[in-house]
Amino acid sequence: MGNTAVKKTKGSGFFSNLVRQQMFIPVAALVILAVFNLIADPSFFKITLGYSSSGAPVLSGYLITILDYGSELAILAIGMTLVTAASGGQDISVGATVAIAGSVILRVLCGSNSRPETLRTSVLVAFLVACLVSMLFGAFNGVLVAHFKIQPMVATLILYTAGRSIAAWINNNELPLISDPSFGYYGGFLPGIPIPTPFFIAAACVIIIALVLKFTNLGLYTQAVGINEKSSRLNGINPTFIKFLSFVILGLCVAVVGLIKVSRLSTINYSVIAKDIEMDAILAVALGGNSLSGGKFNMAASILGAYVIQFLTTTLYKFDVQSDALPAYKAVVVILLVVLSAPVVREKLAGLGKKFRAKEVA
Amino acid sequence: MANKTSTAQKGIGYKIKNMTDTNMLLTITIVIFFLMYIGAIVFQGEGFLRPQTFLSMLNANGALIITSCGMSLVMITGGIDISVGGVVALVSMCSAVYLDYHNGSILGAVLISLGIGLAFGIVQGYLVAYLDIQPFIVSLAGMFFARGMTTIVNTNPFNVQNEAFVALKDTRVIVPGLGSVNKLGRYVDAYVEIGVVVALLVVILMFIMLRWTKLGRSFYAVGGNQQSALMLGINVRRTKFLSHLICSLLAGIGGFVYFLHVGSGSASHAMGMEMNAIASSIIGGTMLTGGVGNIIGTLFGVLSLSTIQNIVSSAGLDQAWWTGITIAAMLCLFLVIQSVVMARKKKAQSLNK
Repeated sequence: MGNTAVKKTKGSGFFSNLVRQQMFIPVAALVILAVFNLIADPSFFKITLGYSSSGAPVLSGYLITILDYGSELAILAIGMTLVTAASGGQDISVGATVAIAGSVILRVLCGSNSRPETLRTSVLVAFLVACLVSMLFGAFNGVLVAHFKIQPMVATLILYTAGRSIAAWINNNELPLISDPSFGYYGGFLPGIPIPTPFFIAAACVIIIALVLKFTNLGLYTQAVGINEKSSRLNGINPTFIKFLSFVILGLCVAVVGLIKVSRLSTINYSVIAKDIEMDAILAVALGGNSLSGGKFNMAASILGAYVIQFLTTTLYKFDVQSDALPAYKAVVVILLVVLSAPVVREKLAGLGKKFRAKEVA
Repeated sequence: MANKTSTAQKGIGYKIKNMTDTNMLLTITIVIFFLMYIGAIVFQGEGFLRPQTFLSMLNANGALIITSCGMSLVMITGGIDISVGGVVALVSMCSAVYLDYHNGSILGAVLISLGIGLAFGIVQGYLVAYLDIQPFIVSLAGMFFARGMTTIVNTNPFNVQNEAFVALKDTRVIVPGLGSVNKLGRYVDAYVEIGVVVALLVVILMFIMLRWTKLGRSFYAVGGNQQSALMLGINVRRTKFLSHLICSLLAGIGGFVYFLHVGSGSASHAMGMEMNAIASSIIGGTMLTGGVGNIIGTLFGVLSLSTIQNIVSSAGLDQAWWTGITIAAMLCLFLVIQSVVMARKKKAQSLNK
């Protein structure tokens, strides 16, 4: 579109135009990781068709793992992007709320009997109850942030600490185990389909959010509130409600992830389920090139970012990094990302680039 | 302040209305602490009446007091640091490995602790102050880095056997005159651990620094309003940098005190300590928005938290999750109080205009 004009005025070539694209960061990270894996061990890309214990065909391989677990992250990234854009902060309680949602699903399905032969109700009912509960918790965060104007990260710190305790309390600290194989469909494989179900769930979520962003003003309003709260109010938007809404939507995303998580295991472990997932979700938003202090956002970049993060995690696992040590490597990536995207550093880099170009011309 | 008689005539209501934010929040904290402690004595029986119960609270929370002081400082400057729990875990693991596997000396372990604290402080402070990155993101990464590094240093938790260290760990400072007679009729001296002495020293030093030194006042100025602090000629970036540096350094010291209390290294040590430190500071009257806070309040914040924990456990609800829920509820309450106080102040200001 306006590319030619930009080219003429800036005098820069195709490459710097490419760099300015928001999608550039996640795509570049993906390419770097892929090339790294290709050189280190090409078997990373091998996908084999196997059979599950019940005889259904399933695909397996590192790429399928990425598709599988990255989908959880992508669903969370949708909500996290909205929260980040609207409130200029992040929700660090998502891991704990996933535990709550999962606990609620198990409680509804099992009742007080922790080893049920049959499910008490359909999974759909349990899921809807979990949606309601985690939206309530989202609303709690939303009220603290939007109405009481507490910094999002500190407000969500409350649930971050209390959440797993609440999850344990919902099930009286018991670990219900569901033996019904149909419960495993949501986090595993549907019979006859060799691609993991979470991918389809994530795809459905992406389509829904894409439609919402296309046909409603949610995206525009969210960005307006994030960029300048005062002027958005003067333009007739209710910033308090928009912020509140973003947290409730995140609550919904969390419930979906909770269903996938408990379905994978058919049970729950309160202190381990979705551990450190908040870090990954925030990282996905940051890797998507979105500003962590709010304002404009690019949903597609965040979702791609989520899969890239999972790519990184799987790569680290492949090189025998312990799961407890993973955060250390990811933390380094976060720091690198935020340092590179800091305005001060960007200006300096731009200055360096100019000098370099000036030399070239001379 | 201006003249005593008029204040006295106008009564307590006037006094409360004209209190500074710091004093008002501090008063609320201290009143709540004493109410809670008296409530505990009345409802939970005589356990709370013995001085040793109170001193044991100090013993268990020496490290928390130290890290909370650092946290308050950062929050007064308008930032936040959630890496302290991770730093404490990393410090205790590194010290444990150094003492046991490398036969190190205690002095060396202390130096390692201080070094780790300083390293975290310099990196985080630089990123926050000079590159303008949000303190929460920086310290979130710091927290995950420290936790991850702890497992990389050593995976399995273990108790330290080093003789010099065990001797130091068991050293007790006897507090004269507070002893009590136990069930067997023998007189038992009341004692505190060395960590508590360090913690109280830190509290006193921080209090003096914040109240009476130029540097201390500049922390409040930067937290209150960066623009006007800049116009006053304060080096805002350096002040922010120093606040993070001191906070992480205190986390390093706190880490060693924690290590001295538990005597082992483990990746799951000090889980959620950052939360407790933030909660203590907020309950102690430090405002999240910066510019308001008091170290004495922080001390009372820690004491309030541990009183709650004691009440929860002596009421028979000793599941770990009840503690989490009560602390979170209390934090929530105080955050809302702060928010309401701020909103009322803003309203009053706009009315005065």
